[in-house]
Amino acid sequence: MTLLSIDWFFLIEKILLISVILVLSLVVAMYATWGERKVAAWIQDRLGPNRAGPMGLLQPLADGGKLFFKEEIIPTSANRFMFVLGPSIAMVVACMTSAVIPWGGTLTIAGREVSLQVADVNIGILYIFAVVSMGVYGIMIGGWASNNKYSLLASVRAASQIISYELPMGLALIALLMTTGTLSLKTIVEQQINSGVYNAFIQPLGFLIFLICAFAECNRAPFDLPEAENELNGGYHLEYSSMKLGFFLFAEYINMFISSALMATLYWGGYGFPGMTSLASSLSPNLITIIGFLALFIKTLIFIFIFMWVRWTVPRFRYDQLMRLGWRVLIPLSLANMLITGAIELFRHHS
Amino acid sequence: MQPLTNRAKQVDRRPMTLAEKLYLPAIGKGMGITFKHIFKRKATVSFPDQTREFSPVFRGLHILNRDEEGRERCTACGLCAVACPAEAITMEAAERKPGEENLYREEKYAARYEINMLRCIFCGFCEEACPKDAIYLSETFAPANYQRKGFIYGKDDLLIPDPKAQGK
Repeated sequence: MTLLSIDWFFLIEKILLISVILVLSLVVAMYATWGERKVAAWIQDRLGPNRAGPMGLLQPLADGGKLFFKEEIIPTSANRFMFVLGPSIAMVVACMTSAVIPWGGTLTIAGREVSLQVADVNIGILYIFAVVSMGVYGIMIGGWASNNKYSLLASVRAASQIISYELPMGLALIALLMTTGTLSLKTIVEQQINSGVYNAFIQPLGFLIFLICAFAECNRAPFDLPEAENELNGGYHLEYSSMKLGFFLFAEYINMFISSALMATLYWGGYGFPGMTSLASSLSPNLITIIGFLALFIKTLIFIFIFMWVRWTVPRFRYDQLMRLGWRVLIPLSLANMLITGAIELFRHHS
Repeated sequence: MQPLTNRAKQVDRRPMTLAEKLYLPAIGKGMGITFKHIFKRKATVSFPDQTREFSPVFRGLHILNRDEEGRERCTACGLCAVACPAEAITMEAAERKPGEENLYREEKYAARYEINMLRCIFCGFCEEACPKDAIYLSETFAPANYQRKGFIYGKDDLLIPDPKAQGK
């Protein structure tokens, strides 16, 4: 009978948590589009959207409404099922990664310890990598199903870029895993909180490589060749219209949010904040958790801002430059980083 | 060779140093510049809410003036049309009939007075040529229109409202 007895509170708790995180990432992605335009405008000495609502805050709703009411065109020669599947995969995969990110410590509600993490998988990082690399399928299927050679070429370019940059990203991560000795994101965060030293200071080169690869993974400038708005008139999503196009673009922003949260978690102490251990004795644990969540949120927003800041500063790479940077600079660099880290770890364990 | 202007600069063709090859210092410098621009004064004028000020000598859309008693000043002499370098003004004269003294100041008046705003170059020569101080250039500009004929302004577009009629 133990198999059939379901812990209903556990179920409700997880469902609530999942919906909250999903809504949160959607809202953040929505307002990231607004933030993107605002940051772009400020950097270019403009004002940015300011017509819809105060400071243009209703702009994302207007944009979304516009996309929903646009005519939905499916090319006659396109594979209908695949054509719809492409953006759906992109969107679902983007939303799935948030499951293993620890958004905070534990809240104690009515005697129950509620962890602010949907699933503390002990291979958390591997899960994220597995899911993120599935995002390539969304792009490839979308580009192929359009039955348009330019879409197909663009999707091939996007796929090869993402695959190329996943390698140095993974290698940079291996060096990090050597120092932490665990794949669980929660443990990595707790290690950083307990030692008080963020991994970015232990692995500065690794963090830099990870950051650059995150730009490339999210198809963001200076690596936004697959979409390159002002050069290509649309990349793999050339044939898409209405909300299916919106899904592709939206997935990019969710990816940006998730990779920012991931970088904050892996390299900048996640939900930890300076003085967390000393405050723990004077403040209630629930308050500490909430402050910790806010700390993670602020760190994530800072990373999102860096994403935008880089996008509006650095000019776009040429495709061969992109590939050269990926294969001939970042991979040897991350290999060297891995080697040095390994040697130091070995030395530390033996002495 | 003899330099012509002394402004020519030798292009630096030395191979890049390691710091330059890394690109990161250059990117950091660029990001510093863009970050400074976030706090700079914005160049935008939010047009419908704010308008850029015109210069005090701005010459805009024409108006046809009336005198203190609300009578049209224009006597259809045609001097403005003669002065107009763009030949944008055309008019037809008519004779004032008895009983119309409250409408027109002179014995002759313009029955039709048209300015083609697409031809007009807003030079203000008509204003200078007018012996009766009847035509003035105001401080607004011609609004957009869907058709060319919409830019031909007749008397009802140009004539200012009767000050006496407005007072009532």
